[in-house]
Amino acid sequence: MSKLKQLFRTFFLVDLLEGLWVTFRNQHPKHIYTEQYPSERPQVAERYRGAPRLNNNPENNETLCISCNLCAIACPENLIVVGWERNPETKRKDLIQFTYDVSRCMFCGLCEDACPVDALELTQDFELASYTREGQVWDRQMLEEGPYPVKYKS
Amino acid sequence: MSTAETFLDSSELVLNMGPQHPSTHGVLRVILKLDGEKVIGTECVIGYLHRGVEKIGENRTYVMFAPYVDRMDYISAVSNGLGYCLAVEQLGGYVAPPRAQTVRVILTELNRIASHLLWLGTHALDVGAITPLFYTMREREEVLKIFENYCGARLTTHAFRIGGLQYELYDGFEDQVRVFCERMLTKLDEYEELLTGNRIWVNRLTGVGIINAADCKRYGVTGPLMRAAGVAADLRKLQPYSGYEQYDFDIPTRVNGDSFDRYVIRMEEIRQSVRILRQAVERIPTGPVMAKVAKVLKPAIGEAYVSVEAPKGELGYFIVSDGSLHPYRMRVRPPSFLNLQALTEMCKGALVADVVAIIGTLDIVLGEVDR
Repeated sequence: MSKLKQLFRTFFLVDLLEGLWVTFRNQHPKHIYTEQYPSERPQVAERYRGAPRLNNNPENNETLCISCNLCAIACPENLIVVGWERNPETKRKDLIQFTYDVSRCMFCGLCEDACPVDALELTQDFELASYTREGQVWDRQMLEEGPYPVKYKS
Repeated sequence: MSTAETFLDSSELVLNMGPQHPSTHGVLRVILKLDGEKVIGTECVIGYLHRGVEKIGENRTYVMFAPYVDRMDYISAVSNGLGYCLAVEQLGGYVAPPRAQTVRVILTELNRIASHLLWLGTHALDVGAITPLFYTMREREEVLKIFENYCGARLTTHAFRIGGLQYELYDGFEDQVRVFCERMLTKLDEYEELLTGNRIWVNRLTGVGIINAADCKRYGVTGPLMRAAGVAADLRKLQPYSGYEQYDFDIPTRVNGDSFDRYVIRMEEIRQSVRILRQAVERIPTGPVMAKVAKVLKPAIGEAYVSVEAPKGELGYFIVSDGSLHPYRMRVRPPSFLNLQALTEMCKGALVADVVAIIGTLDIVLGEVDR
């Protein structure tokens, strides 16, 4: 009996048709997962670790960074360079330089965790391509303003 | 091999498979000695993806090295992170809080499902069934979305920190996991419909790449390969870590130890992972997610070996501390590396087309083999 059944299955390609039935079911439009990327940008998660940003105080537009150098110490790849000089009047450290080499960054988020004042943050921007290696080394202005990805027309 | 053994006086042929061959899942080079279509000897050449991860570990502090372990087995980065964090926690005498342990279990089981799904898709693609790849990628996407929502990265997650978790759970995490569990079980039936009864799939895998339990022990093969050979070895049961003893789940085993059995084992493991997920998501305790860990981590002089059950087998970390900021010695016992050694044993007498199926069924990741 089972041999006859096997012959029937072999002759009428039953297992092939069973598989095709699965693919047919999955043609329904509710199963479409394709993202139309350049014209429609995906909404990444709130906690997404993308391009770094150096936050400014929204009230007076001064940098939140206190030049404590903790992010540079925490970074496994040593890609953050913080430059400061002591302000003789306020006795505080003034930030004069902040470079971040995005090409070596692995977006682990340790710098973000180390920052005591929420100045350095990994944002939701994920389009980081540039034409040169030098373009990957972001200076303070670039870090404050963020990358400028090309907006494609759909 | 002497020439007398060859069939019909045909000469032996040495064939290089890889390192660019698409079915070697990366940059594995296999030197095949062929007699016609039959394989009479294999030799693996590895090291094309060597990055010196262990040496990097000896030049970084304990906290800094955690993102690097994600890059060894990048398919199951969360399991790698769990093993490393547990090893350092044992070295420093820390214990993660119960809430962190439960969340760790949920994330590692999700990662196990994602790893097995990717394996299923690519293995089916090697053997000739293209359809499952798209479906498994679709379900894996759901897992990666949970990871992205939780820790902000999809693949190299860096989800765990030494002593617990960095991030608190986001709103709707439990519901998302519950919906995924429900969906996963129905989709598993769909894969079984596509593959388990499929004559081509069964014929390509049954009796191919057999390895018995004694050889598994001799080569140090672990994971689904060993369980398919009939040994119920699972570190989650044998030496429970991170609270695995609280969950009710079975270890699937089979007897033949061929490629088809390994397929059945992995499908069953996904079901068991869903079972663990369903139990764990109902009992996430409240409380802190991070233990009190020193800001500057300097473990006492000593050594620790902690192994966890990664999706591919036993993943162990051996760390020697000399009391300074950096580990004195860092050694990783990757499952893929030891499982790959069994390839020679499994390929004896196989055909060239079977070698593709056997490499696929090993479920190796070359980033972990070469480290």
